[in-house]
Amino acid sequence: MTDIALNSGDTAWMLASTALVLLMTPGLAFFYGGMVRTKSALNMMMMSFITIGIVSTLWVIYGFELAFGYKADSPWYGNLSFSGLGGMVNDLTNNGGIYPIPVLVFAAFQLMFAIITPALISGAIADRTKFTAWAVFVAIWSTIVYFPVAHWVFAFGNKVGDTVTGAGFLASKGLEDFAGGTAVHVNAGAAALALAIILGKRVGWRKESMRPHSLPLVLLGSGLLWFGWFGFNAGSALAANGIAGLAILNTQVATAGALVGWLLVEKIRNGHATSLGAASGAVAGLVAITPACAFVAPWAAVVIGLFAGIFCALAVGLKYKFGFDDSLDVVGVHLIGGIWGSLAVGLFGTSVVNSVGVDGLFYGGGTALLTKQALGVGLVALYSFLVTLVLGFIIEKTIGFRVSKDNEVEGVDLSEHAETAYEMSSSSRGGLF
Amino acid sequence: MKLITAILKPSKLEDVKIALQEHGVAGMTVSEASGFGRQKGHTEVYRGAEYTVDLIPKVRLEVLSDDAEAAAVVEVIVKAASTGAIGDGKIWTTPVDQVVRVRTGERGPEAI
Repeated sequence: MTDIALNSGDTAWMLASTALVLLMTPGLAFFYGGMVRTKSALNMMMMSFITIGIVSTLWVIYGFELAFGYKADSPWYGNLSFSGLGGMVNDLTNNGGIYPIPVLVFAAFQLMFAIITPALISGAIADRTKFTAWAVFVAIWSTIVYFPVAHWVFAFGNKVGDTVTGAGFLASKGLEDFAGGTAVHVNAGAAALALAIILGKRVGWRKESMRPHSLPLVLLGSGLLWFGWFGFNAGSALAANGIAGLAILNTQVATAGALVGWLLVEKIRNGHATSLGAASGAVAGLVAITPACAFVAPWAAVVIGLFAGIFCALAVGLKYKFGFDDSLDVVGVHLIGGIWGSLAVGLFGTSVVNSVGVDGLFYGGGTALLTKQALGVGLVALYSFLVTLVLGFIIEKTIGFRVSKDNEVEGVDLSEHAETAYEMSSSSRGGLF
Repeated sequence: MKLITAILKPSKLEDVKIALQEHGVAGMTVSEASGFGRQKGHTEVYRGAEYTVDLIPKVRLEVLSDDAEAAAVVEVIVKAASTGAIGDGKIWTTPVDQVVRVRTGERGPEAI
C-alpha cells in the first residue's frame, strides 16, 4: 500500500493500549456495581459486560466500516458495508495520514472505545432496566449513534498524497478531541439523560435509602478505570512517542487534581471527605482530560482536573433539582466533565506542546478554537440526546424498557438473571432440586 | 425459668461474654440485630445526598436462667456492658414455660 514500514515499537504500545482500554469496561462494572444496592449489583455489572459481547460482534460485521470506512467519502458516516477485516492483515493504518501500525490493531483499539461508550450510559438506569431491552438498545444505539459520531470526530480520512477522502465533519472542521471527550463522554452523558427521562425514577427514589452497597468495589473499579485510561488517552497517540508521553502524564495529574477538587467540595459542604467522592473525583478528572490530554501543558492539566472535580461534585446535585433519576450520575460526571474538558481545550490548548495543536484563548489564539469546541460538544450532545430519546421511547412502547414494580422491588438480579450477588447465610437457601 | 434478652453494642459483646462465663453461665445465643432507642441514628452522605440511617447495628444476646439466678445474671451483663454513654442498650427478662435439651430429652431447670 505504501513505502512506510511497520514500526514494531508503536505496534507493541498499541497492542498493550488495546488491552488496557478493554479493562476499563470491567472496571466500570465494578465502579457502577458497588454503587447500587445488593439486590441489583449483578445486573449493573452485566449491563457493562454485555456491551463487550454485542459491540465486538457488530464491530467485525459492519461497525468498523461504518465508523472508519472512507470509500463512501461521507462526513457523516463511513461505509455501509461489511467490515471485511480479514482482507486487511497486511495494511497499515491510514487516518488522516499513514501510521506505521497494522489497521487491524487500530480496529481492535477503536473497538474498545465503542464498547465502553454504551456501557457508560447504563449507570443512569440502574436497578430497573429489563436486560433484553438493554441489549437491544446497545445494538441499535451503537449502530445509529456511536458508529456515526465516532466517524464525525475520530475519522480523519484516507490521505493519499495531499488528498483526503471520507473525513468526519467535526474532525475536518478542526474539533480537537484527542481521546473522546465529545465522541465518548458527552455522547454517553447526553444519552444517559435521555434514558433517565424515558425510564423514570426508581421505586422509592428520594424516599428510601439507596446507599452504595460496597464502596470497596467502587474504589476498585475507579482504580481499574484509571489504569486502563492510560491506554485510552496515551494510546490515542497511535504511537509510542512524545505525544503519548504528554498524554499519560496529563492523564495522571489531571485525575489527581480532580480527586482533590471533589474532596475539597465535600469537606467544605458536608464536613467529610468521602471514599465515594475520591472515586468519583478521579473519574471526573479522567473524563475531563480525555479530549485535552495531548493539547495542553501539564500545569494546565492540573487546573482542568481540579475544576473538573469541583464542577462535577456540584453538578451531581442537579438531578434532585430537576427531578430525574440519573441513578449513578452519568450526566453529572460524564456529560458535565466531558463538556468542561472539551471547552478547556479551547482555553488551555497550545501548539507549544503539540505541533498539530492550535492555540486556545489563554495562549493568544482568541476564541476560534473555543467556538469549534463548543460547536462540537453541542452537536454531539444534541444528536445523541434526541436520537436516544426517540430510540428509548420506541423500545419502551414495544418490548418495554423497565421491569415490573414487583421485580424492581425484589431486585433485578433475581428477575433478570435468576441469580443473587452474595450468599450471606449458610441456611437461607434450598437444595439442588 | 427466665429468658434474659440483652441488646448490646457490638463492641461490648466480648466483655459481656467473658463476664458471663466467669459467672458460670454455661450457654448463650448471639445474633446480629439492628434498631434504635434514644440514641437515634446517624447521617451518611453519598455524593452530597444525605441519608438518615436510623437503624444502628447491635447484637442480641439471649441467656436462659433459673428464676433464682436471673437477677444476678442481669447484673453481670449490666456491669460488663455499660459505658455510660447513650446507646448502651437494654435488657429484659421474660418467663419461660418449658426448656428441653434436644440431645437427652431432659426438661425444666435440668436442661438449662
